[in-house]
Amino acid sequence: MRKFYTLLSREVRGYFYSPIAYIVLIFFLIISGIDFYFQVSFMNQRQVQYTVQEAFFNSVFFWFAFVLIFPLITMRLFAEEFKLGTIEPLTTAPVRDWQVVLSKFFGALIFYIVLWIPTIVYFWIFFRITNQPAAHSGGAYWGSYLLLLLLGMFYLSIGCLTSVLTKNQIIAAVVSFCAITLLFFLGLVQFILLDVSSTTRDLLGYFSAIEHMGTFSRGVIDTRPIVLYVSMTVVMLTLTYQAFQSRKWRL
Amino acid sequence: MIKVERLTKRYAGQTAIRDLSFEVNQGEIMGFLGPNGAGKSTTMRILAGFMPPTSGRATIAGFDVFAQSLQARMHLGYMPENVPLYGDMRVTEYLNYRAALKGVHHRRVAERVGDVKELCGLKDVEKKLIGTLSKGYRQRVGLADALLSEPDLLILDEPTIGLDPNQIRQVRELIKNLGKQHTILLSTHILPEVEMTCSRVVIIHKGQIEACDTPDNLLGKIRQAGGVVLEAKVGSDNGAEELKKIPGVREVVTESENAWKRFSLRVESGVDVREEVFRLATDRRWAVRELSQRRATLEDVFVELTHPDLV
Repeated sequence: MRKFYTLLSREVRGYFYSPIAYIVLIFFLIISGIDFYFQVSFMNQRQVQYTVQEAFFNSVFFWFAFVLIFPLITMRLFAEEFKLGTIEPLTTAPVRDWQVVLSKFFGALIFYIVLWIPTIVYFWIFFRITNQPAAHSGGAYWGSYLLLLLLGMFYLSIGCLTSVLTKNQIIAAVVSFCAITLLFFLGLVQFILLDVSSTTRDLLGYFSAIEHMGTFSRGVIDTRPIVLYVSMTVVMLTLTYQAFQSRKWRL
Repeated sequence: MIKVERLTKRYAGQTAIRDLSFEVNQGEIMGFLGPNGAGKSTTMRILAGFMPPTSGRATIAGFDVFAQSLQARMHLGYMPENVPLYGDMRVTEYLNYRAALKGVHHRRVAERVGDVKELCGLKDVEKKLIGTLSKGYRQRVGLADALLSEPDLLILDEPTIGLDPNQIRQVRELIKNLGKQHTILLSTHILPEVEMTCSRVVIIHKGQIEACDTPDNLLGKIRQAGGVVLEAKVGSDNGAEELKKIPGVREVVTESENAWKRFSLRVESGVDVREEVFRLATDRRWAVRELSQRRATLEDVFVELTHPDLV
């Protein structure tokens, strides 16, 4: 277990040693800040049926920034080690392959969580200034952040898989960006293909991150997406582990 | 300590090593020689558990390097070729990290890291980023890393490549001292180094073992077991003709420089012809300004085994 923590702390620190971490943090803060500002000023001008918190988590701005951060977080994970050759001292030390894979995944997840912490401040500021809560209930915050965590786990595990397959960070980033975007828009197809049967549309709806966010940000915790994202994360990490082991045979 | 049996590694379309078998005993310093691309690094990578062999097996301290990789790796300090390191970490930080990874007890980490820094001369650069270090210092960080867990076995892939002559000397001394407590397998191109440090040598060529013996035995075995050089003014004599008649002399090569002639004599192994040459020179009243024996070096062995055309 100590070896896992050692690897994990190296991964997390690795983020903050590189400029990419700060660029992603700043980029993300700017976009989410603008998003929040726009939502609030929009509501100031007209009557709406939803809360600030719901609006913030369901806007186009938000989703745009959202799908873009995953390739940036995960592209370096394995690809950089392959490129620099540091995979050799790493895997010839007495550590197990799953420790390496999981430490990289959880390192990315920790950075992802750090990314979200400042957004909590937005709601707090909103409350201080307007003296009104940004959501109907506390459950709405929990729901939103829980879904962000679940989606984050799934998309980060896709990023892990694409990074382990190549030693070129750009390729890893492009492939994971395409995969994540396609998955994300799969849920939108139900709004485009109006002539397909309702069963097909319902089926696609189960995969729709936007729909899930709609539910969770109202504070409704639906267990189906939880099962979906957790199990898909496990599948992706298993594939990553297998691909990581297969490097031995590809050399 | 190391036992390699019929180890074979095939890459797509080419065989890197073929049927390699050798053993390294406890406490030995084994030199691993061969031209570029002979399969040295491949063998070392297999031993270090970085990749599996295509067939055959290898054990370290009794543990199979593939099936019981983790236990085998616990006994091992490995320094890869070119020493890949995290450029964004500082020297002490990196060594602390590696010590924890290698399972050094947390109370002993500071002590061990201090020791290896001292041993490898890293005290001056301990706070520097590894990315800013020169090649020589990077090599030393790699060596320090290999020593951290006080492993029974050290596998060093070209530990002195890219070092200046002073550093090479330091590293050679270090390896010699380490040999007192550790078993070492090291690969290198620098042959005098092997003669000075190694108790046994394996020479591989095109993925196969050409020789495996002590340096002295290897020197005794080769065809061109050294020779004698004579530089003399021979007057009207031919010189070479007379020298060839001495028993044991196989061949004489003559170079002329004004009145002086330089004869390089190839002799049969184990024969010292210097006395005969001296007698001949005094009989013929040649003026001699040099008479010396050239000892065969490991370089001769190496060239003879791996590139016979050059001999």
